[in-house]
Amino acid sequence: MFSTSVLSLARIQFAFTVSFHIIFPALSIGFACFITVLEGAWLKTGQQVYKDLCLFWSKIFALAFGMGVVSGIVMSYEFGTNWARFSSFAGGVTGPLLAYEVMTAFFLEAGFLGIMLFGWNRVGRIAHFAATALVAIGTLISMFWILASNSWMQTPQGYAVVDNRVVPLDWWKIVFNPSFPYRLAHMGIAAFLVGALVVAAIAAWHLLRGRRDPAIRKMFSMALWLLLALAPLQILVGDMHGLNTRRYQPIKIAAIEGLWDTEKGGTALNLFGIPDMATETTRYRLSVPHLGSLILTHSWDGEIVGMKSVPAADRPNSTLVFWTFRVMAGLGLLMAAMALTAAVQRWRGRLYDSRMFHRFVLLMGPSGLISLLAGWITTEAGRQPWVVYGVLRTSEALSPTITAQQVGVSLLGFVVVYSLVFGTGIYYIFKLAGSGPTASPDTDPPAGPDSHARAFAIARGTAPIGSPLKAPTGHR
Amino acid sequence: MDITICWAAIIALGIWMYIVLDGFDLGIGILYPFFPNAHDRDLMMDTVAPVWDGNETWMVLGGACLYAVFPMVYSVVLSALYLPLLLMAMCLIFRGVSFELRAKARRTRHLWDLAFIGGSAGATFFQGVVLGAYLSGIPVSNGQFAGHAFDWLTPFSVFTGLALLITYALLGCCWLIAKTDGDLQRRLYRVVLPLTALQLATIAIVSLWTPLLAPMFASRWLDPVLLHRLLPVPVLVAACTWGMWRAVRARRDILPFMLALGFVLLGYIGLLVSVWPHAILPGITIWQAAAPRSSQMFTLVGALFIIPIILAYTMLGYWVFRGKSKHAELHYH
Repeated sequence: MFSTSVLSLARIQFAFTVSFHIIFPALSIGFACFITVLEGAWLKTGQQVYKDLCLFWSKIFALAFGMGVVSGIVMSYEFGTNWARFSSFAGGVTGPLLAYEVMTAFFLEAGFLGIMLFGWNRVGRIAHFAATALVAIGTLISMFWILASNSWMQTPQGYAVVDNRVVPLDWWKIVFNPSFPYRLAHMGIAAFLVGALVVAAIAAWHLLRGRRDPAIRKMFSMALWLLLALAPLQILVGDMHGLNTRRYQPIKIAAIEGLWDTEKGGTALNLFGIPDMATETTRYRLSVPHLGSLILTHSWDGEIVGMKSVPAADRPNSTLVFWTFRVMAGLGLLMAAMALTAAVQRWRGRLYDSRMFHRFVLLMGPSGLISLLAGWITTEAGRQPWVVYGVLRTSEALSPTITAQQVGVSLLGFVVVYSLVFGTGIYYIFKLAGSGPTASPDTDPPAGPDSHARAFAIARGTAPIGSPLKAPTGHR
Repeated sequence: MDITICWAAIIALGIWMYIVLDGFDLGIGILYPFFPNAHDRDLMMDTVAPVWDGNETWMVLGGACLYAVFPMVYSVVLSALYLPLLLMAMCLIFRGVSFELRAKARRTRHLWDLAFIGGSAGATFFQGVVLGAYLSGIPVSNGQFAGHAFDWLTPFSVFTGLALLITYALLGCCWLIAKTDGDLQRRLYRVVLPLTALQLATIAIVSLWTPLLAPMFASRWLDPVLLHRLLPVPVLVAACTWGMWRAVRARRDILPFMLALGFVLLGYIGLLVSVWPHAILPGITIWQAAAPRSSQMFTLVGALFIIPIILAYTMLGYWVFRGKSKHAELHYH
């Protein structure tokens, strides 16, 4: 009933706005938790370097958070404007989950963000730390609800369809649906990886420019420790997520692997290939026998269902997800390799000296965001043609009266506005990052009584704002 | 009490909080053109910098609760008002980012001033248009929007768009009076009474225009029982006006803002009376538009528990940043 152009335009618009949006919450989650740790470390040790880093990252966080808020508002309207049938069909489940996100997360973040950013002189140190921690907790709660909603759309359960709309029956089952724990863990770790890679890259940039002060070294070191813990863990969680997907969305896995036929006696893994949707083959295959079964079933000859087992209309775009998955997984392996290299460099005492390694870390800065986007494209394009898996097709979710002109014009508007606004925002994030944290005069301080007292005085609002400990970084 | 009525009340509260709180934020942007001095503008923006984000969240709450509890209203109203809502969202993008970017920019600061003005005024105008279009009624069939893409554009909706600019400007002006002092505050006092006069005129015009929109409004407003109960409203409007005049003469700090809230509250009550018990005008009641009971119940448990907590820490936030704003003190940039 719709021309395909409206559907494609609406999908492109959603993909564009949500891809832009997800960058900022992912950064916010990582940065907010990092800042909380920094402020906690400052409270505990009194070392100025933590306070300097805390203020530096707060500025970058504020920008990223602001971008996330405003780009998110667009998302919350798009469900109704472009996808009205989805909203009226599935709103009974996704609506309450979104409402809980607003009530438990958005308000918490927004309510304490003011104190976190502007309240240094208005509240005590512990109260300020509490505000920072609450903002960070808010970002995590937000992730919980939105992933519950997304996971329910991927692996729906606990509902009935009555009068052509979803009626929730068991909220526990709805929230803790089969793919939710895996997706939550995978995305949570991804957000921390994104943050850690950006922090490490900015530190690497300053190291390459010759800065060796404690703040730079500290953030480089902290980020790489975190990467060492999380990058290998992410591979493990990703593997578990894959097993879960094979169980509940087998065709998505077939599309990711470019598998057409259900093979007996073990399936090979296509390392390279170009799945061709029209001819139902994967061209230029370069495959390793049995590796597919080994990875996806953890057995030598486990069966993996091929795409031909469902009608052509029910298959996702394998050409796309085959490659987005490989970009994500490839970068993930590279991250783990980088973290291990860092551990070796640290052990050899060359962590702050190897220019080669610093260049590598700098180059890897955006890799977290790229693999985050590639991963989301894989999982979202991979569940097509369904918007609620097996229940509602994406083509049935559009608003009834929507026209190609409306969606086309608004898409154009979004492209222009986003490029302008978020382009500028990202420019200032780079600029702030480039100026780096304040280099405190007291190099590598064992919390001297003097510095401690001054820091305390500033936090209590009894010292002037322009005092050297909180010197501005050149802006304003 | 009926759970659906409970929800209608919560959403009405959410919209009220939004109008009041983001109303003065947006009003500051609307007033910006009349205060070209850079230092004044810094101060004006600082009065809301720590709180604007929380204020805007009330709109997201309204939208999310609508989506959760009245998914039909959400899908119909948002399809019907596609363009004004998207334009509003884009304006809110410009307004929102200019808080951060204006502070960072040096050479391009005047551009972010413009973004703040355009974003604030535009978002306000389109919110007013949405209100007017909603009051004018939306055709529905089979639970889906059944009108045309430009049905929302009427003289009435354009007028309500302009009227909301006045309302938010008045709220913004009175907020600033409470949060500033000295020369800036003196100049703000001069703007209050003209704005109040304009506000009175818009209230009068909308009150006269609404009954003409649909016979339903006319019969409701001319119902003798209701008319009798609403008799105090014009008296209260007059009292607010008189109070405002006195408060400005006496250079009161906080009273003008309270009286501006009085105007908005009286207008809002009038609006609710007109619409009740409809979710979409004409003809679809809140019960017809409601989500399954299990969705309403699940969300209500949380809302009744969490919204009071939200109100508490929102007040805490305002308490922390109480008193007159001082530019130098606030800036972490």
